[in-house]
Amino acid sequence: MLIKKPSDIKPSEITSESVYRSRRRFIRDSGALALGMAVGAGSSSTLSAQDGDSLKARAPVNMKRTPPDSWWEDKFATIKPAPDSEPFFTGETLTPYRDVTRYNNFYEFGMDKGDPFANSGEFKSDPWSVEITGEVARPGTYHLEDILKPVDLEERIYRLRCVEAWSMVIPWIGFPLSDLIKQFEPNSKAKYVEFETLLDPETMPGIRSRFAIIDWPYREGLRMDEAMNPLTLMAVGLYGDYLPPQNGAPMRLIVPWKYGFKSIKSIVKINFRETLPNTTWNDLQSREYGFFANVNPNVHHPRWRQDMERRLPQTLFSRQYIETRIFNGYGEHVAHMYDGMDLARNY
Amino acid sequence: MEKLIKPSVFVFALVPFAILLLRIYGNDLGPDPAQELSIETGEWTLRILLITLAITPLRQITNRVSFIRYRRMLGLFALFYASLHFLCWMIFLLGFRFFAIMEELVERPYITVGFSAYLILLVLGITTPKAMVRKLGKNWKRLHRLVYVAAILGTIHLLWILRSNIGEAVLYGTILVVLLGYRLVRYSQRRSQTLNNG
Repeated sequence: MLIKKPSDIKPSEITSESVYRSRRRFIRDSGALALGMAVGAGSSSTLSAQDGDSLKARAPVNMKRTPPDSWWEDKFATIKPAPDSEPFFTGETLTPYRDVTRYNNFYEFGMDKGDPFANSGEFKSDPWSVEITGEVARPGTYHLEDILKPVDLEERIYRLRCVEAWSMVIPWIGFPLSDLIKQFEPNSKAKYVEFETLLDPETMPGIRSRFAIIDWPYREGLRMDEAMNPLTLMAVGLYGDYLPPQNGAPMRLIVPWKYGFKSIKSIVKINFRETLPNTTWNDLQSREYGFFANVNPNVHHPRWRQDMERRLPQTLFSRQYIETRIFNGYGEHVAHMYDGMDLARNY
Repeated sequence: MEKLIKPSVFVFALVPFAILLLRIYGNDLGPDPAQELSIETGEWTLRILLITLAITPLRQITNRVSFIRYRRMLGLFALFYASLHFLCWMIFLLGFRFFAIMEELVERPYITVGFSAYLILLVLGITTPKAMVRKLGKNWKRLHRLVYVAAILGTIHLLWILRSNIGEAVLYGTILVVLLGYRLVRYSQRRSQTLNNG
């Protein structure tokens, strides 16, 4: 029998720890899957309640992502599961992981819905830093790891309503934006928060397109009270797993009562300011995209009817048209912020 | 050889339709099939319409009269894809809600424009049979010049629904401008020729 001496074993033949771990995880999860199916609970494509895991939804085992860096794994080890009641949870059917990660508007990676998935292979979400500027006591450039250190991750299941009249239900992993804002101690002049997406033509082919009429980088903004609202989430994951590039890795905003374009992806800059910030779509077509962009079935949009939405995924002959609700159904928790405002004018 | 061309053009014009049918059958239209079908049928309408408009210049440049035989067929195919596009929008995107359809036609300018283009194609399609050509006489040609208007409206319709990347509309628009420009140049040349001769 031939036994190789340690010196004969090439470094390339040694299984790296991360691969080893992911294999162990795979074996464990497959076991859980088999068990789940045996008791008839694993009929859906996503798993729930694996061993000691009470998250409401998990990415399919074969689609799990490798962590961008080891600290991500530690961070994701403890996630508070979504509650059983609104508003941080909805019992509506989840949009499958596959559709959530392959049907995206992220023009930095291309115009078609499948482009972000197809063209984001070069994108690197680690290392990542975020620049904090403006009316805060602690401005500076922070590593994402440091920003995430003090926050606790939680799972939240939200509806996402796109201005194009389709919608999804997505289990995000994240933390309240207010937890992040408090870290930098904004002063009394901080009336608005402005966000900016990474601008990297090297890894984002959509930016290189000559025919994209967007003025990069992508910018979005919130009023301070909107930013501090408990519903406003900074997401770093979905389906219990790390955010894929096409969904805005490594960190993106989620404002569930506003149209999807407000929920800016891959954030590299957060600025606190006294005046209303310019935002990308509003700059491009102010008649179509307002600064507030609250979901509102009563305010007509020049291109899309907003009274109904197509809940995805659909099949041609069993369509799920549902009525769009004001503030995307979150009115009870957010409507008070717009008291006295004419929502038809401030759309 | 010549005999085979017409059936092959016919088959080629049906390929996009066949692919769409296969994708419907295979459930391969993605999570938002209504949207995907609308985009595909709309784009094929415009493509085939532009090919139809390219027939006359091609015939004149190559001096092959036989080209004219495909123009009518291709024009009808443009109408075919436009009808699919219209039905798709009505049934799958608006769920056949009558009030919504009416409202859309009136209130959304890009839809009004697209619908006008469709009505033109429809009229041109109806007046295609030889009997109609004979009946309309001189007016037939005048009426069928409206195909240019339909192509222009179709391109505006596309440009209007795009959100950011206008590449496709620019491509189609450029082709359209070239095709129309060719006719304008030729028209003015012939006019000056007649004037000189007279």
